[in-house]
Amino acid sequence: MKKLKYALFTGCTAKQSTPEQYMSTFAVAEKLGIELVELVEASCCGASHLQDYDDFLSLVLNARNIAYAEKHGLTMVTICNTCQLNTAMTKHRLDNNHELKEKVNEKLKEIGLEYKGTSNIIHFLYAIIDDIGLDKIKEMVVTPLSQFNIAPFYGCHNIRPSELQNESHKKAENPYNPTSLDDLIIACGGVSVDYKEKNKCCGFHVELQAPRTASILTGNAIAGAMDGNADWMVTPCPLCHLKLDTQTHHASVAIGREVKLPVLHMQQMLGLALGCTHEQLGLKHHLTKVDFI
Amino acid sequence: MSTHKITTQKVNFKVFRFNADEDYLPYYEDYNMDITSEEVVLDVLNRIKWDHDGSFSYRRSCRHGICGACAIKVNGRSTLACKERMNDMIELFGNELTLEPLSIKRAVKDLIIDKGDFWEKHDAIHPYLISDVQEHPEHEHLVTPEEAERLLEADLCIQCGACHYACPVVEINEDFFGPAAFAKAYRFEADVRDDALDKRLLNLHEEKQGLWDCVKCYECAEVCPKDVNPIDKITKLHQMLFKEGIATSNVATRHAVGFKHSIARNGILDEGGLVLYSEGLGIVKHVPVALRMFVKGKIVPPWALTKSKNLDEIKKLVKSSSTAKF
Repeated sequence: MKKLKYALFTGCTAKQSTPEQYMSTFAVAEKLGIELVELVEASCCGASHLQDYDDFLSLVLNARNIAYAEKHGLTMVTICNTCQLNTAMTKHRLDNNHELKEKVNEKLKEIGLEYKGTSNIIHFLYAIIDDIGLDKIKEMVVTPLSQFNIAPFYGCHNIRPSELQNESHKKAENPYNPTSLDDLIIACGGVSVDYKEKNKCCGFHVELQAPRTASILTGNAIAGAMDGNADWMVTPCPLCHLKLDTQTHHASVAIGREVKLPVLHMQQMLGLALGCTHEQLGLKHHLTKVDFI
Repeated sequence: MSTHKITTQKVNFKVFRFNADEDYLPYYEDYNMDITSEEVVLDVLNRIKWDHDGSFSYRRSCRHGICGACAIKVNGRSTLACKERMNDMIELFGNELTLEPLSIKRAVKDLIIDKGDFWEKHDAIHPYLISDVQEHPEHEHLVTPEEAERLLEADLCIQCGACHYACPVVEINEDFFGPAAFAKAYRFEADVRDDALDKRLLNLHEEKQGLWDCVKCYECAEVCPKDVNPIDKITKLHQMLFKEGIATSNVATRHAVGFKHSIARNGILDEGGLVLYSEGLGIVKHVPVALRMFVKGKIVPPWALTKSKNLDEIKKLVKSSSTAKF
């Protein structure tokens, strides 16, 4: 099989507040035999806020990021749900609106770039499921996570709007009954926990604007996983991770119940199963201690 | 074209039953039924009432996806019963389906809810054209097709409440207007004949129930049976606030604008700088968590921040492509 090679859009948190996500992405890629070309030229995607202020600027910046992946002739892989949404949304709008694409390209021309629409944009979770396959991953597991009940937390922007997100990968994800993360847990040998908050919002995007709303949503998510008897949670989104890992105090106060569970990035869970070391996976960077190993 | 063949399959329905006048708590009743591929969810509700229990209550009227009366939840998903095909529901959730009212806490009788909160929010955004109408105009006030298109899909809303009761913020914050009211507000704000800009938008800008509490979960876009895409309209209202000069400086507006400044400076975000810009003095409340994050290597000091490569390109684009002012 030809070696898999992707253009990696790390997003901003991987470079700052979730360094463990950056490390574990590369550690897992190495185990899976994936070559990642980091898009070091990329800017922030606007995190679903910039477009509230300046939609056109947001489009131009995202188109520039995609243009770099196109220059490499590679599929762009994201490791943040909100990066995935903003980038895929930009692609969707430009590919379906010739006039808008021209306007954006007029700006990109000033810096010698062009958006063509030739690169697919896909979250790492779906890239490995599509291109490597769960069966193959299962074969590669050296440390099955068989003693753990693991609660998947999908994160909104990987599953909604479904019409947009399902454009990028093979198996359509049902936003009311998503399975990809459950499937990955099972492939790693774990037991996936079913609970009703698994496809709900963590509140991240209003943490500053509406802290009470944000904290209740975070609290409900962790409480749901705890009530489902989970040993820990796993998520493909670093923004969800920040909420679930660092905001447990506010969440507990908001819902009037002590909530706390270790939360792993999807890459860290996979890394544990594939035999990466704890150092490689950056497990010491969590606020809620990863105490089950 | 393939020939259409009617198929039948067994489905077990768990149906929410409750009578606010008699019952202390709601309960669920089971109905095992053969479902044909021709049926929509409303057909099932009708059959339960007509064949099993005449006291079973739900709202229905047009049966054509126009009146918005029959929205309920199937396995937690808001759905317009007369439009949703049973086959699609079975494909989505399997052969065990739970039928519930849009909001359990607002249940009055079985699937009928008190939709008062929905209408209150709907009324609060002044859902009508506000305009100084000349009693004796000299000529017709024509709206061009291009101007009509600005409404996007917002005028397709049938007020079914599917998005309102799917919104996690409505569930938590009873002051929050909700996606349907916002989409309706956009419908009038985008109308060239309307001059209520300041009055309506200002009202929405109030922080408590305002526009800025949307969590961006896209639940509303996902459930809307008429493809109104309410979150898209919320984004458009945000943009209008800036465009019309109504946006005042608060945590939410500074947060949106802060991304531009941060990107212009480093390309990738300066997370700490953004929070400081958004919160101002309010940043003190984040200090305890920030200290713990710093100890765990989750906060990069300003002097050690990574910058995007080819930053000059980004600076140039921010300058040449900016379309908004604050």
